[in-house]
Amino acid sequence: MSKFLKSTAILAALSLTATPVLAEKLGLGRAALTEEVAAWNGEISPDGTGLPAGSGDAIVGEEIFADQCAACHGDFAEGIGNWPKLAGGMGTLDREDPLKTVGSYWPYLSTAFDYIKRSMPYGNAGTLSDDETYAIVAYILYSNDLIEDDFVLSKETFLDVEMPNVDGFILDDRAETEYAQWRVEPCMENCKPEPVEVTMRATVLDVTPQEEAAVSDDVVVAAPKPEAETAAAAEVVTASFDADLAAEGEKVFRKCSSCHQVGENAKNRVGPMLNGIVGHAAGAVDGFRYSNPMADAGEDGLVWSEQELAAFLADPRGYMRGTKMAFAGLKDEGDQAAVIEYLKSYAD
Amino acid sequence: MADHDTPNGTSRRAFLRGAAAAGAGALSATAARAQTPDPLITEVQPWAQSFGDGVDETPYGLPIKFEDDVVRRNVEWLTADTVSSINFTPIHALDGTITPQGCAFERHHSGAIELRKDEYRLMINGMVDTPMVFTYADLERFPRENHVYFCECAANTGMEWAGAQLNGAQFTHGMIHNMEYTGVTLRTLLEEAGLDTAGDLSDKWVFVEGADASSNGRSIPMGKALDDCLIAFKANGEALRKEHGYPVRLVVPGWEGNMWVKWIRRIEVMDGPVESREETSKYTDTLEDGTSRKWTWTMDAKSVVTSPSPQAPISHGTGPLVISGLAWSGNGAITRVDVSKDGGMTWETARLAKEGEAKALTRFYLDTDWDGSEMMLQSRAMDETGYVQPTKAQLREVRGLNSIYHNNCIQTWLVRSTGEAENVEVS
Repeated sequence: MSKFLKSTAILAALSLTATPVLAEKLGLGRAALTEEVAAWNGEISPDGTGLPAGSGDAIVGEEIFADQCAACHGDFAEGIGNWPKLAGGMGTLDREDPLKTVGSYWPYLSTAFDYIKRSMPYGNAGTLSDDETYAIVAYILYSNDLIEDDFVLSKETFLDVEMPNVDGFILDDRAETEYAQWRVEPCMENCKPEPVEVTMRATVLDVTPQEEAAVSDDVVVAAPKPEAETAAAAEVVTASFDADLAAEGEKVFRKCSSCHQVGENAKNRVGPMLNGIVGHAAGAVDGFRYSNPMADAGEDGLVWSEQELAAFLADPRGYMRGTKMAFAGLKDEGDQAAVIEYLKSYAD
Repeated sequence: MADHDTPNGTSRRAFLRGAAAAGAGALSATAARAQTPDPLITEVQPWAQSFGDGVDETPYGLPIKFEDDVVRRNVEWLTADTVSSINFTPIHALDGTITPQGCAFERHHSGAIELRKDEYRLMINGMVDTPMVFTYADLERFPRENHVYFCECAANTGMEWAGAQLNGAQFTHGMIHNMEYTGVTLRTLLEEAGLDTAGDLSDKWVFVEGADASSNGRSIPMGKALDDCLIAFKANGEALRKEHGYPVRLVVPGWEGNMWVKWIRRIEVMDGPVESREETSKYTDTLEDGTSRKWTWTMDAKSVVTSPSPQAPISHGTGPLVISGLAWSGNGAITRVDVSKDGGMTWETARLAKEGEAKALTRFYLDTDWDGSEMMLQSRAMDETGYVQPTKAQLREVRGLNSIYHNNCIQTWLVRSTGEAENVEVS
């Protein structure tokens, strides 16, 4: 590293000739206020510098994780579908397809706190309190068998946690292991044994995106909404609406909001935007790429009546095998009814 | 090394025009003799008779509709959703070296945000004499520089480690673009905030982060920060596109794209690296024994034949053929590119369209005569350090099979006698 820095420092000195040379400061900009620096200066370093006051344990963390994280990362931090797995994988780094998780791979715990506080929950970043962040980090550690469930994670105990792969990293050594060998006059003739043979073909795997798929998506997007159906949905909404229940549903909807938006300017995110979804044909929100089963169900006439929606929300993957919705489900019938009532308040 | 002027350049272009016109029917490219007069010539065509569009038809123009297949494409199975995802530059359909912004690959961690210039703030804090806040208008008052640089995602070609996977140069090598940036050097801004407080700069770092929800923080050693990093606000002469960090992004020449933080909002001078998610759990390279390299920032020399390639087959039959491709190195300028038609058995040196520029794309051509026989097309770049682009076997020998990033191996396209091409690996 130090060698590298020296060489770039020399480069930097040389490149000054091509740079407009500043004799003195231009006096542009203004001094940052303490409050402004405090608002943005949030990074956490491996030695714990930057950690805030507060604390949390895995027991508290489990509940928060279920609400805020499990939709993508699974109830046990095991990851759903293509979403990151946060637990497991110990001892796999030297095997084929290693599983890299916070437990098996991340060298510093500070990274987890920094990233969760900064960038999570996905779609609702920066909303976790310091206590919640400590609790979630503790739950992830617990899921990796790195702490007991009563271990209270805080600034004081942070460095007590041993990260298994802390010594698993080396600095870039390409200069020695690669450049030295590959800075040679290249071969131009008779460079390998004859005959040269094809040993692998991409077509065998057949994972290249096909243009036909794009065309069919366009068709889905362009499909006109049946006017009658939309009108009927509007009637349903006005027919029975319970404002108190909807207010309860707004709280329940937090579980959905990392993937779904409703209201003014709602857009498709991880999941489709949900304005007017109650009474709407399934798999038919403009511009959203549905799973094939969902798109097919919609084409076959499935409409999100309150009854159907409740059944789907109770057990999404049980109700519709192959759905993209990575959500464990709303077990409580009261929650189902409340969130549906809440959705009805955004009738589109 | 670079052969700037082809003596027969003009006649070659004329020849290509002829070949294109003949393309529909004739498969032989030897100066074909027309049997019947071409109605495109003998009959008055609609476009030659009436008006085209007036000047204000498209105040900001898009490519003509006939080019609507030249677009970025996504590989859906790579990522869980499109908000934290990547797509690919259609390099198979482009020529020259500058990537138009509208089809330059995108990589977001929380989607492309809309940030107005007048709501943009850049903070410099940490070990500086005066923590500072700059507005966009402030940035435009510092001395500006213009530089062309490639930006390559460290994961470019990453899906090809275990074997040939994706059939198309766009998908195997399209996580790259090359633009002319206008901006202020990072050095200028750091010096405006003052670096006396930081003392010895040789062990200092800057931590940079974006204004989007991911905020994508990365640590950069001070040596690089003071060397050639740019705080850029224009690309190819116009404002950055939203998807590339409008209104301001960081440019880290020759280093992996993840460090080129978009919507950059803060630069902190620190006495060590933060070891953020993107520089520990991601963008590190696991070797065969399970240890992983970190701080592998530089993108080594690499090249690819962009045409012919799976998405750009030979459609004109035998005869004159332009084999074309791109080469680049994060360690300096490309000095030479060799092309093999037989899977690496024999090589011939290609012609560089222009002398290579450091940390920018270089276009190469091999003007050849194709006899219609099968080809295993490869290209091999060399840069000014003498580094020769390795084969996949050489890379695997050092790194094993579990790497993802920094795959700069020699690529092979199997071009069949029909002119179709596919992605293969060879012995």
